Amino acid sequence: MSQVSTAEQIEAGASAFGPHVRVAIKNLDFFYGTSQALRAISLPLYANKVTAFIGPSGCGKSTLLRVLNRMYDLYPNQRAEGEVLLDGENILAPDLDLNLLRARVGMVFQKPTPFPMSIYDNIAFGVRLYEKLSRSEMDERVEQSLTRAALWKEVKDKLTASGLSLSGGQQQRLCIARTVAVKPEVILFDEPCSALDPISTARIEELIDELKHDYTIAIVTHNMQQASRVSDTTAFMYLGELMEFGKTNEMFTRPQNPKTQDYITGRFG
Amino acid sequence: MNDNPFYTVRKRKSTIWMTLCLAATVFGLAWLVMILATLLWNGVAGLKPSVFLQSTPPPGSQGGGLANAIVGSVMMTFIGVAIGAPIGLLAGTYMAEYGRYQKLTTIIRFINDILLSAPSIIIGLFVYTTVVVPMGGFSGLAGALALAVIVIPVVVRTTEDMLLLVPNPIREAASALGFPRSHVIRHISYRAARTGLVTGILLAVARVSGETAPLLFTALSNQFWSVDLTKTVANLPVTINNFINSADGNWKQLAWTGALLITSAVLGLSIAARSIGGKGSKS
Repeated sequence: MSQVSTAEQIEAGASAFGPHVRVAIKNLDFFYGTSQALRAISLPLYANKVTAFIGPSGCGKSTLLRVLNRMYDLYPNQRAEGEVLLDGENILAPDLDLNLLRARVGMVFQKPTPFPMSIYDNIAFGVRLYEKLSRSEMDERVEQSLTRAALWKEVKDKLTASGLSLSGGQQQRLCIARTVAVKPEVILFDEPCSALDPISTARIEELIDELKHDYTIAIVTHNMQQASRVSDTTAFMYLGELMEFGKTNEMFTRPQNPKTQDYITGRFG
Repeated sequence: MNDNPFYTVRKRKSTIWMTLCLAATVFGLAWLVMILATLLWNGVAGLKPSVFLQSTPPPGSQGGGLANAIVGSVMMTFIGVAIGAPIGLLAGTYMAEYGRYQKLTTIIRFINDILLSAPSIIIGLFVYTTVVVPMGGFSGLAGALALAVIVIPVVVRTTEDMLLLVPNPIREAASALGFPRSHVIRHISYRAARTGLVTGILLAVARVSGETAPLLFTALSNQFWSVDLTKTVANLPVTINNFINSADGNWKQLAWTGALLITSAVLGLSIAARSIGGKGSKS
């Protein structure tokens, strides 16, 4: 069933795109205590592509995202089994340095989470941990990152203002700038627009489209239109299983799995 | 306007309960006002510069002040908080951050709550047997230690509570940038909870500055000017306790003035704590 078709789809997808597989998820199981939240998930994330994860609430898409930077490790009784290869290296290995991993795999959360400090420091803070930059280099990095996140023009005159003083959409872009500033390889977006108005949402979507030139992107969304607009490949998940994975335009026009069709057309979920 | 009988009855009930609540509030506040008024009435008369400049007088004499007791109290409170607050902060940090899901934390919290509500005279006795007896005499140091033991559970409690209020997503966001846990705690959790942590310490200061029982068995008191912490040290609460029941009018007056000083200091600290806390929630 879904297992076989998924493996085939991965092959087909790889040959169709021809791009480099940045992250390969292989036979991943995930447990919250004794309850299993993910079952034998296998799929690739292609370099410089956007992969969208869709599916009804509780299907495991956010859980899957939180495996990719081992965020679940902050909590007890959560564990993953299987393999997740980032550039060939298994990130589920127990001796892996989580901080280095998280510097390589950035994450933007559902609600904007600016740190209680100035806009400038929100960005410089993460950079300082891994790089020793001079004042002018840091200024440059902050400007670059904010420009990248399409926020520079709005905040360039108030970099010392608190990050909390920005509007919700601006805060979310600040979080994106902060993530970009530490130069990760992969960026995970966990429903980044669900707390934002349509205009802010459109800006974030444009941003994701630009960011994929430099990064590998995974996005969890409840919004079908958003998935179809921003992603190159889509994974449809249901009850902890991967039901279908493929090119977004094909999946939204000719879904292989009847469940996918039902979900996309809004018949359930 | 509205002749729905159910609505009318409900409204009347609401009015009655509101009145009762208001009466209860007034009743409670009235005592507080009376205490403050009594203190002011009796204490202000003795409020002269000499109170702050001269040491406690011998019985039957005129003049004198509370300088030795004020300095002794400030010293012991400062040392007590300087010892107790860091321990409390570290323990509270462990409970809210590293050990949040550990069984040990539940046990510590339970024990801490007992310590928090332990009668302070017990703490005085504890320090008496563990410090005063082995050291061979009452001392300011023992007094400061007794106060530290009272400070610890207060600060542990507020630190844990304040850190637990810091939303988890902000910790996750910092971790997601690759911050080690210690960094997240120092730069994110502490920063977000800063005003609450400071408030907790100020409240602990307020709490210990009026403690009498633990000092009776430890620092005792001293009629003369002394800042030697290995000897007995004068302090406001014990001085008040000794002076208030005496037949000496001058002593009695000093006791009232001392009580007024402590109360204003605690009031001032509480207001400071509140205003800092208020500022924190706004920004």
